[in-house]
Amino acid sequence: MTTSVEAGVEAPKPPAFIDIKPRRGQNGWLSQHVGTAALGGFLGYILGHWLGNFIGSSYPYIANSGQNSLAVLLALLFMVVGWLLGIGALNHPIAKILGREAKGEVEYTGWTRYFRYNLDHKVVGIQYVVGVLIFFFTGGLLAMAIRTELLNPTVHVFSADTYIKIVSEHGTIMMMMASSVVVGPLGNYFVPLMIGSRRMAFPRIEAFSLWTFIAGYFVIFSALAYGGFPTGWTGYAPLQTQAGPGMVSYLFGFAVISVGMMTAGFNLAVTIINYRAPGMTWSRVPVFVWSIIATAALLTLASPVLTAAGLFGLLDKTAQTSFYVTEHGGSSYLWQNLFWFFGHPEVYIMALPGFGIVGEIIPVFTRKPLFAYRIAAAGMIGVALLSFFVWQHHLFQSGIDPDMRPLFMLTTELISIPTGFIFLVGMGTLYRAKIRYEVPMLFCMAVYFNFLIGGISGVFLSDVPVNVTVHGGFFVLSHFHYTIMGGLIFAFFGGLYFWLPKMTGRTMNKKLGLWHFWTMFGFFNLTFFPMFIIGLLGQPRRVFSYARNLQTLNEFSSIAAFFLGASFLIFVANLMWSQFIAPEKAPANPWDSLGLEWQTATPIPHYNFERIPVIMTDPYHYSEVGAPALADFGNGPPVHASSAVAAAIEPEQ
Amino acid sequence: MSSTNTNPSQEHHLRRIVVIWVALSVVCDLLYWIFIGPHVPPGRMTSTATANQFDFNVLMVIALPVMIGVWEWLAFAALMWNSKRADMPESVGGPAAAGNRRTEVSWIVVTTVVVLFLAVYGTIELYSGAGSGSGEGPNPILQPAGAMKAETAALSGSGSWAPYTNAVLPVQVIAQQWKFTYRYPTFGGFESPYLILPVNTEIAFNVTSLDVIHSFWAYQLEVKADANPLQNNVAFTKTGQLGTFEVRCSELCGIWHGAMFNKGKVLSESAFMAWATSTESKNAANTKLLPPFAWSYVPDANGAAGGFYPDGNVTPYSPVEIYGSKQPS
Repeated sequence: MTTSVEAGVEAPKPPAFIDIKPRRGQNGWLSQHVGTAALGGFLGYILGHWLGNFIGSSYPYIANSGQNSLAVLLALLFMVVGWLLGIGALNHPIAKILGREAKGEVEYTGWTRYFRYNLDHKVVGIQYVVGVLIFFFTGGLLAMAIRTELLNPTVHVFSADTYIKIVSEHGTIMMMMASSVVVGPLGNYFVPLMIGSRRMAFPRIEAFSLWTFIAGYFVIFSALAYGGFPTGWTGYAPLQTQAGPGMVSYLFGFAVISVGMMTAGFNLAVTIINYRAPGMTWSRVPVFVWSIIATAALLTLASPVLTAAGLFGLLDKTAQTSFYVTEHGGSSYLWQNLFWFFGHPEVYIMALPGFGIVGEIIPVFTRKPLFAYRIAAAGMIGVALLSFFVWQHHLFQSGIDPDMRPLFMLTTELISIPTGFIFLVGMGTLYRAKIRYEVPMLFCMAVYFNFLIGGISGVFLSDVPVNVTVHGGFFVLSHFHYTIMGGLIFAFFGGLYFWLPKMTGRTMNKKLGLWHFWTMFGFFNLTFFPMFIIGLLGQPRRVFSYARNLQTLNEFSSIAAFFLGASFLIFVANLMWSQFIAPEKAPANPWDSLGLEWQTATPIPHYNFERIPVIMTDPYHYSEVGAPALADFGNGPPVHASSAVAAAIEPEQ
Repeated sequence: MSSTNTNPSQEHHLRRIVVIWVALSVVCDLLYWIFIGPHVPPGRMTSTATANQFDFNVLMVIALPVMIGVWEWLAFAALMWNSKRADMPESVGGPAAAGNRRTEVSWIVVTTVVVLFLAVYGTIELYSGAGSGSGEGPNPILQPAGAMKAETAALSGSGSWAPYTNAVLPVQVIAQQWKFTYRYPTFGGFESPYLILPVNTEIAFNVTSLDVIHSFWAYQLEVKADANPLQNNVAFTKTGQLGTFEVRCSELCGIWHGAMFNKGKVLSESAFMAWATSTESKNAANTKLLPPFAWSYVPDANGAAGGFYPDGNVTPYSPVEIYGSKQPS
């Protein structure tokens, strides 16, 4: 495989970037930015609402729903279209449809580009970071509200109605956030850098996925204005059919988000397949990129099912079809099947990128090669494939064909084999290493600690007899918080501490980082571990009141949850302090990583690489005597794989 | 995971890890099995509770060594393989550190064997436990002896149940927003707000809903079955102890989901018979007004999912139209 090295060296030439040509004569405030997008969304909302009432106001009412939801649906639909028009996402496609030569997007510099439709994957990555953090903190505040209500079984802070809306909003927002939390920010930002590309395959689609994601935030939040929705994030019909117009925000919000997920997914997949630098063979691709391509496959193949399921629900609520209405020929099982057919791959959309981050960070701090690289890649692909064959374990008690249950018990338990590979890889890399416990490394260790609990409790849930005890209770709630928050969110924050110095050129404060880590890790476990016991003792999910004997455990969990919430204030303080108040310039490669993304200057030049590098080996040759050079950057002799190698060579060797 | 590292203090790590792991696993498993296992919810009130508790404990005994192993490894990494230790040698890279065929193959083999064992074991438990108390849908393939006969008889209205005959007792669970009611088809189909059951009896729960999806969770009985509108979801268990138990809804069903619970009781067979026959005669007037016994009911006009109002879709449904002026009290 090393023979391609000589052949691939390119002659220096100007970077062939997308057809962005700076245009002159643009007035900053009159051009398109987030303000015009908001205006477009507002006007679209009004137009859509009027149109919906014009068309649908005389339709018969559905029992208990109170009103026909067509006006709400069209308002939200036009709002999203107006938003995308306003930000300029549709300029190019509309010009092309009209047969005109599309003008290239204006390339802005300076801080205003973060508020515009920008095609640079590094700008989109930063925009995504801010976007998912806003999503995450909103959902987190709702979680605080939930835990406040559960402080006491009989004294209520919220009405039962408000409480269920809070629970539903919390779940939906967190799921929407978690499906993009790594793929959006770190995937868009670092995949091109890691594979030696100057851009994503489809820069307009990359920006489109971001602005759809943000539109989804407004759509799901509009539910509160419409009186919320009572179904939780799973949106089961017929409760969905019975619910008020807030349900439309849920269904349409998920449809919008899933369009964003789909586009982000295939953009990443195409980029990884086609934009790898010469020499970046599949056996040299960083493990984070493997995790992203596995996730991208799931995003591309699973999200359309959610879009379709949502549209069926919307038709039920507006055009009076009966996809989910049992007595009119539909089926409540249809929603469950469609939702979980999306929903279980979704669970791995929310796990795989975390594995990728961990696999990327651990070798840097152990100064060892990633153990069993091929097993790691195989594990991620294996998880991605199997994840399409396990969805009915969510329906074990629902009355599905009982013959199906042993099969889905088997497939669900089988998926723990490739998931276990990730543990083999991590533990093998840790073995007899000289580990530097920097903040990102601590987060990775925490991922293994937490995900182990999450994964093992998943085996309990997959066992049909035990599932009778734990299904639909706090046990399963704790299980998926351990996997998604304990796994993915910990990995995400680890990734932020690891990569932010590259993204912003400013180093994060280590002391505050340690405080953030230890409080988050400690209080996360104190919050969620008691929930396993609460669940075993019989508390169902999503209840506003519970048995009196569970009060102590619930109080304990709530108080820990408040501290867990407070731990994120430390992160915000760190972010503000290190990035804005007292910024400290980060070196180009502060962790001494071999990853290709670290071999560029900081700040990363617009075209990433002056010349497309020619990759010569995988980026994990840590502490190896005589390791091959990582890449030929075309501007001098090939860079040796590790500047740290010299220090690592022991005298006797 | 061989390595060229030759520092003596690092030599015996692997052996030490294995010894500690085996010792800790044995101790923890024994402690768990003896002191915690017997008290794991939901107790041993029924056959399915006992069986599923045993199953949970078996899983726990397998899970504990796995968890201890990984945590021990992490702890070793944190304490022994820490760059802050004075005698810590540098990491050693190279092909030997990048993979080890024997370790990888044995990992895959061991995890595969454990996983396949779990799947086979779970299936055996599910089959031997007659469905383990989980909802099996309208056509349960796993059921205790005599259940099919009792169910068919109940549907045709010719079912009967008597104490000390080992007969299966069919009970219908009707979920609606936000309560459960129970019909006893072998006792004239009367409907009770409380679930009363005889001890030492196989119970066939037929769970259905009048509106949205609920989940019938009789906690101490270890029965869980979703209540779907227009569907019959059957679950079995055999009661084994007297006492009270709790019934909760475990599927989000709207605003008052959290308030959808009540208590039930397991009585002696003769006490149950006395309660059932007296309630049957007390309710005879109402039973006549109830729809004849069926596995499911069409959601009523007030129900979810697009029941249309009878009078041009505006005025809410009126019970007077359905029952006449004399409504059941």
